[in-house]
Amino acid sequence: MNLIRTSAEENLRAERQPAPASAAALKPPAFTVKNLSISFGQRQVLKSVSMEIRACTVTAIIGPSGCGKSTFLRALNRMHDLVPEARVQGDVRLFGEDSYAKEAEPVVVRRRVGMVFQKSNPFPTMSIADNVTVGLRLNGIRARSLLTERTEQALRMAALWEEVKDRLDAQAISLSGGQQQRLCIARALAVQPQVVLMDEPASALDPLATAKIEDLILELKRDYTIVIVTHNMQQAARMSDETAFFYLGELIEFGPTNRIFTRPKEKRTEDYVTGRFG
Amino acid sequence: MEHHFDLELNELKQKLLAMASHAEAAVNDAMRALAERDYDLALRVKANDRLLDEFEIEVDDLAIHLLAKAPLASDLRLVTVAMKISQNLERVGDEATKIAKRARDLSQEPPLKVTVDLRRMAQLALNMLKSALDSFVHRDSAAARAVIPLDKEVDGLNKEINRALARHMAENPAAITRCLNLIIVSKSLERIADHATNVAEEVVYLCEALDIRHTPKTQLSNP
Repeated sequence: MNLIRTSAEENLRAERQPAPASAAALKPPAFTVKNLSISFGQRQVLKSVSMEIRACTVTAIIGPSGCGKSTFLRALNRMHDLVPEARVQGDVRLFGEDSYAKEAEPVVVRRRVGMVFQKSNPFPTMSIADNVTVGLRLNGIRARSLLTERTEQALRMAALWEEVKDRLDAQAISLSGGQQQRLCIARALAVQPQVVLMDEPASALDPLATAKIEDLILELKRDYTIVIVTHNMQQAARMSDETAFFYLGELIEFGPTNRIFTRPKEKRTEDYVTGRFG
Repeated sequence: MEHHFDLELNELKQKLLAMASHAEAAVNDAMRALAERDYDLALRVKANDRLLDEFEIEVDDLAIHLLAKAPLASDLRLVTVAMKISQNLERVGDEATKIAKRARDLSQEPPLKVTVDLRRMAQLALNMLKSALDSFVHRDSAAARAVIPLDKEVDGLNKEINRALARHMAENPAAITRCLNLIIVSKSLERIADHATNVAEEVVYLCEALDIRHTPKTQLSNP
């Protein structure tokens, strides 16, 4: 993240041109979310959230526990479909297509929108290679040459190839925590999604493994749109282009990360990022 | 329960204010040494400069310690601003030392027969510094902005004094060395006003998150 000061002139320019003139800004948004509300039974967890997530950027979602950030993330790939009491209202468009349209298949949405969780969850008894290709095989791909090619490609993209290329048949559980998490990222990438959602992907890792994941995410944003939930403000500051602050199910502030962490507009954002909440 | 980080930020502020009062005292003493032709006082001001140097290092040490905790938003601005203010105060101390050295030399020479209002200039510069630091303490952006245009007045006085001294030198070649000493004093006071302006600009950044450095004065107005 660039923490340089913004000159008065730059501020004026920013007022006139809200979107930076980068290549990413010229692409259509990856997600266009309008009035998204989510309830579990009687409990409303997300309240009419609207935001646009730009393609090929890293967007960080921050906020205190229970603010609805994971709920928001899961709505982006229809994970709530698996929860019977969940009720999702509003509009979620993935590159312009309605993710919740009647004809939209949740499986197809999830193939386009991969997900990595807080705790690395490789299939423990499967080999490293099989873990990477499991999504492809579930999608009916059997050709060995294609599976081999995708394995290497995904492991390279996840910056794990050099560490495991000589033991692709070893059990996934033999890898370290950080390697397992990168394996899960490789598994998500193998099906060639457009977006990767990450729910606190580095919170259980040591600083070295965390740095690798962060470097990887910055590499991946050249080709993928990344949305990451994190409790680590510095991680959000280091990695993301834009940051959204959620509180009590509402989107309080959303903007360029540099601005959110140096001069937030909302007092609740300021209080949260300076650790003075409540 | 008070936030532990707030206690440390407060320590940083207190250290900066202690440094500021030393810087003000150094300028006052240097000007007194000049006015009263007090050789010993001039030497003391020069010797005490190391105090401000030590303060600058202490403030920076504490600021680095706080930056390692990765503060954000107004906390981040406060720590970076504190480092800049301490640098400006240390330079105010350097200017006080320059004035003291001139006072020391002039105290050994016959008094000059020329009237230049260095006292008023010193008062203006010190008032600017004091107001800028008060605006820091109270986080008062409007008060900080009010300091900035005063710099022009001090610049004007500096030019006026230089002209008067140049005239006097032309008419009294024997007074040239002594007049040059006063020109240096005037320049130092003008620099102190510049440092006060810098502090005020930092306070605006602290309060408004807006960087107004190098913005033409005509474009500066209260938000």
